[in-house]
Amino acid sequence: MAKVTIDGITIEVADGTTILQAARMIGPDVAPPTMCYYSKLKTSGGYCRTCLVEVSKGSEKDPRPMPKLVASCRTGVMDGMEVKNTSSEKVRDARAGVVEFLLLNHPLDCPVCDQAGECHLQDLSYEHGNYKTRTEFERRTFDKIDIGNKIQLHMTRCILCYRCVKTAEQITDGRVHGVINRGDHAEISTYVEQAIDNDFSGNVIDVCPVGALTDKTFRFKSRVWFTKPMYAHRNCDKCSGKVSLWYKGDDVLRVTGRKDQWGEVEEFICNTCRFDKKSTSDWVIEGPAPINRHSVISANKYAKLVKPKEFTLNDIKAITD
Amino acid sequence: MGRKLLLENDHIEGIHSYEVYRKNGGYKSVEKALKSMTPEAVVEEVKKSGLRGRGGAGFPTGMKWSFLAKPEGVPRYLVCNADESEPGTFKDRYLMERIPHLLVEGMITSSYALGANTGYIYVRGEYFYIIKILEQAISEAYTNGWLGKNILGTGYNLDLYVQCGAGAYICGEETALLESLEGKRGNPRIKPPFPAVKGLWECPTVVNNVETIAAVVPIVNDGGDAYAAIGIGKSTGTKLISASGHIKKPGVYEIELGVSVEEFIYADEYCGGILNDKKLKAVVAGGSSVPILPADLILKTASGEKRLMTYESLADGGFATGTMLGSGGFIVMDESTSIVKNLHTFARFYHHESCGQCSPCREGTGWMEKILHKILDGHGTLADVDLLWDIQRKIEGNTICPLGDAAAWPVASAIRHFKSEFEAYVTNRKSIPDVKYYFHCNNLDAAAAYSSL
Ligand SMILES: Cc1cc2nc3c(=O)[nH]c(=O)nc-3n(C[C@H](O)[C@H](O)[C@H](O)COP(=O)(O)O)c2cc1C
Ligand code: SF4
Ligand code: FES
Repeated sequence: MAKVTIDGITIEVADGTTILQAARMIGPDVAPPTMCYYSKLKTSGGYCRTCLVEVSKGSEKDPRPMPKLVASCRTGVMDGMEVKNTSSEKVRDARAGVVEFLLLNHPLDCPVCDQAGECHLQDLSYEHGNYKTRTEFERRTFDKIDIGNKIQLHMTRCILCYRCVKTAEQITDGRVHGVINRGDHAEISTYVEQAIDNDFSGNVIDVCPVGALTDKTFRFKSRVWFTKPMYAHRNCDKCSGKVSLWYKGDDVLRVTGRKDQWGEVEEFICNTCRFDKKSTSDWVIEGPAPINRHSVISANKYAKLVKPKEFTLNDIKAITD
Repeated sequence: MGRKLLLENDHIEGIHSYEVYRKNGGYKSVEKALKSMTPEAVVEEVKKSGLRGRGGAGFPTGMKWSFLAKPEGVPRYLVCNADESEPGTFKDRYLMERIPHLLVEGMITSSYALGANTGYIYVRGEYFYIIKILEQAISEAYTNGWLGKNILGTGYNLDLYVQCGAGAYICGEETALLESLEGKRGNPRIKPPFPAVKGLWECPTVVNNVETIAAVVPIVNDGGDAYAAIGIGKSTGTKLISASGHIKKPGVYEIELGVSVEEFIYADEYCGGILNDKKLKAVVAGGSSVPILPADLILKTASGEKRLMTYESLADGGFATGTMLGSGGFIVMDESTSIVKNLHTFARFYHHESCGQCSPCREGTGWMEKILHKILDGHGTLADVDLLWDIQRKIEGNTICPLGDAAAWPVASAIRHFKSEFEAYVTNRKSIPDVKYYFHCNNLDAAAAYSSL
């Protein structure tokens, strides 16, 4: 066992636990944000650098602080370690930098992006970013690519977290999906334009933290905050059959894996459940999916809102004067 | 004249061939090590020699070797890093081109010390003609019984392979190199685990630079103490310096560590002074990644002492007033050089070479290049210079591998020491000096090397 203190809160965890896991055990207030780590995928994490933390005391045995900020998702705890997350000015500064880098070439096309409302990059930039951009250069763009007939890849929005690459590598057989090119030209690609064609390929949509990989059966059908997620299950011979159904009225608009508090799916689901079972009669409904009350999806926050009164030009003048 | 340990025989006609190399004392270290020394004794000599890695980081080689994990029944590997791609560095190329057998000999002696039965030499893709030279040398070594099974009847087996890179600077980073060697995309690995524990094919591996491995030959031949007697303090032995830029005699020089920077630039034995007797403006002392220093700070430290060509002296003053010996890529710039233009060249390089795994380096390198481009085009503002500073600050230390730092340091140091030039550039829309430094090298002739094949 190892005792580790994060932002002043001490917890005892098993040896081999990472700083991030320990922080998540303490709770969401101390857990660093993550964009590339995914607990269900081996060797994930380390790329995006949003989870950087300061280790102000290495361990009981060797109390020297670590010279650089470390990626908490890939750094193991030591007994007596002291970590600073949001309590460190250095961390806050570096993290704002990372957010800026992630947004540098991002199109910020949230108004037309299906992921808006459940996008981790939106949350991240809102919570940790600066309100203003300092870049004035043309952003990198790519053409949209169809990966099979159910998935669309829009590289322009991608933050190269490598999650989909690891998913394709680890839960689907055959490695037909990877990264080509280098640096800020790097792009996710299906090897020699080959479609990912297997029973679990749809999971790349669920692991994508942004709107780069989207479900073509759902694209442009609805903003996510107008849909209601319900837990449901069915007998499936390929996967656990435990899913979230996203309803608008009586229609199931899409099916996804069930996501936990950190936005990671609990279990990967098969393509049959995801793409082919879109009527209520296919499923046994369990009840509403728990949604964080801060989320815009929560209880259709906007559905019951009264539309604000329209302002006239004179009203605005009165406010600004 | 300083002593030479590696390039002592480089002028001898035909030294690249086995016969001539052997006649001039070649492969003695293999005989000595395999027949009269235990592997541990070889490691001990390397430790005593104080040899430090010549690839850039300067980590003590003996210590690196003793960290190598030795689990039962798991093979160990020695990998030679011949990916030499740092702008301004071309010493490994010279050594491999002229005396390929020195590297092969060093590989055998070092592999023996580490208990490795397989060794790889990972050569930069652009050096494809050197691959032929090395393969020729290796096949001669096999024919003459220095490689293969039961070498010299001692029961020690070793196979050596040459692997060609595909033109990526990042594959010089040791873990990216290992990925590439395994046939994957050359992305640096996230450490730990370090290669000494899990390297090639997840087995314990030592990665060393060409020059480091070559230096093992004189160390074993003459003993670690003799090697340590050369140099100053913790900078022992000799070092190959690739000198380029505005100097009279660009080329590869073997120096005893401890020569003063002034002597190295101005003595006839080395660079021979500044081209056309102009004034010295700045030096990048250890390859494009290390901080650039203005003339006064490269010749003397901030405390007024003579700056020497040693790891410690060059680093004196930290990054505020010092730099690093790095890989020994010594780039000299005269008074006509534009620091801003030069920085743009470097920034373009790092942007081009970033592997793209981690966000600060992937996005930051491109951003810095674009801002420098804008400044060069005459559209820059003072705020852009501050922005550059802030970007490099947010990259440095926050990335997976040191390429991010390597991209940040040239920017930081150029602004630190030459801020007025940036300001002149953005306010007058140009800086007065207008020449970019250029590589210009006369004792290396790739064309001749091609035609000799
Ligand atoms: C981006 C990058 C490029 C590098 N390129 C080289 C190279 O071309 N040759 C080299 O020997 N070391 C290079 N290195 C250093 C290696 O990672 C490693 O430290 C070195 O090969 C160790 O050998 P040494 O201990 O003998 O110096 C590079 C490092 C980085 C971060
Ligand atoms: S620092 Fe740059 S080169 Fe190194 S791993 Fe990150 S993106 Fe790749
Ligand atoms: S979540 Fe740790 S680096 Fe991306």
